[in-house]
Amino acid sequence: MGIKYLNNPEKLWNLIAILGNGVGVTVQIFLLTLILSIPLGMLVATGRMSRRGWVSGPISVYIYIMRGTPLMLQILFIYFLLPTTGPISFDRFSAAILAFTINYAAYFAEIFRGGIQSIPPGQWEAGQVLGMKKAQVFFRVVLPQVCKRVLLPVTNEVITLVKDTALASTIAVTELMSLAKKHVSSSTSIEPYLIAMLIYLLMNGITEQVSRWLEKKLSYYQ
Amino acid sequence: MLKVINLEKQFDGLGVLKGISLEVRRGEVVAIIGRSGSGKSTLMRCVNNLEKADGGTILVDGQPLVKDGVYAPVKNQRSICLKMGYVFQNFNLFPHMSVLKNLTEAQHCVLKRPKAEAEKYARQLLKKVGLEDKEAAYPCQLSGGQQQRVAIARALAMDPELLCFDEPTSALDPLLTQEVLGVIRSLAKEKRTMVVVTHEMNFAREVADRVVFMEDGVIVADGTPQEVFDSEKVKAFIGLGD
Ligand SMILES: Nc1ncnc2c1ncn2[C@@H]1O[C@H](COP(=O)(O)OP(=O)(O)O)[C@@H](O)[C@H]1O
Ligand SMILES: [Mg+2]
Repeated sequence: MGIKYLNNPEKLWNLIAILGNGVGVTVQIFLLTLILSIPLGMLVATGRMSRRGWVSGPISVYIYIMRGTPLMLQILFIYFLLPTTGPISFDRFSAAILAFTINYAAYFAEIFRGGIQSIPPGQWEAGQVLGMKKAQVFFRVVLPQVCKRVLLPVTNEVITLVKDTALASTIAVTELMSLAKKHVSSSTSIEPYLIAMLIYLLMNGITEQVSRWLEKKLSYYQ
Repeated sequence: MLKVINLEKQFDGLGVLKGISLEVRRGEVVAIIGRSGSGKSTLMRCVNNLEKADGGTILVDGQPLVKDGVYAPVKNQRSICLKMGYVFQNFNLFPHMSVLKNLTEAQHCVLKRPKAEAEKYARQLLKKVGLEDKEAAYPCQLSGGQQQRVAIARALAMDPELLCFDEPTSALDPLLTQEVLGVIRSLAKEKRTMVVVTHEMNFAREVADRVVFMEDGVIVADGTPQEVFDSEKVKAFIGLGD
């Protein structure tokens, strides 16, 4: 394995452009998973805290499986179990999104549950004695405080998600990791991996900046 | 205004309220005193629907919150409880809202008051509790005494006909205690109906029209401050310096 790109600006630029297409797919997986799994996680957290056993029981099992088995296996399972032909069919990309979403929703749910339960009962009571309905207390009093409390653990998950998108390559979704792998084997050079690494690093740098900005925005109270 | 008849409450099978009967008339200030653990907070929490009674009746302005242990439908419970305000021992202000927002939030989402009207009223109430210059502050920037005064203003913003306090000064040091008691005194002068659980005996003696002494889940004395503070049991209680 020799240096094939770094000493040739034109080839290097070409490689970056090709990997750039993969970055587009990676970012799509990342954003779609976040947009879907955060609200789903909220819903799951609510169900997990339900006093009704037939709601909280199955949800506990779901969370247990999602957190207790490799995400890679979950992706493979979902891809091979879902129909790929017929009226309702899933392509590789949708299968990956589905797998990431239900996996991350489980993690987010546990973070949200912790956040909600960390709000002192006095906050609920204060809302209640002012005549607010439960939902009003939740959305106006509890949830804003939960957002602040879960920011750091959620950031951790988001950073992990950036890296986990690489697992979509298991079912040959042509995202960054797949393309890097392909170019490593075709060029017998490890440089595409190096570039991919730097791109993941850059994406997480942005993630951390966003998190820091939010943290600052929420620091007007303690 | 408030009528409690034979109220019972158990925690894990242990009787905490054992048949409490109490009446608060309009314009009256009632102080509730008694050892810690005697059930004062539980009584206040049941009256304000923060705890469910196991038996008995609570009438607010003639309307039953619970009658012989049977609760009104949830919707009625809320409208009945809106006649009452509640001030907690540890304030329970909303930390993510400014002082002004703490006062306007429920006016807006419960009473549907327009924003301008709610803010105007909030400022008026902040002035009443001596915090007109703090409307933009957040609760964490205020002293305990200031926080409790905001909490009182927040309760007043809902125009309660009865205001309940559960040891409003127990979390405060003596200096701050006085500023909060001062606000409650001024409310008493306005002839507001209030029930105040307190350990401040001088305050109870001066401000209350009636003092209720609780012991072990029952009311053992109920009368004018003079009558109650002269009874042997209460003398013994105060003598212990609880
Ligand atoms: N949520 C609860 N669960 C179990 N026991 C409780 C609870 N709240 C109060 N108690 C018990 O009820 C009794 C009365 O408490 P409380 O009403 O707080 O008394 P006070 O306010 O007069 O100090 C105490 O023995 C207390 O331990
Ligand atoms: Mg108490």
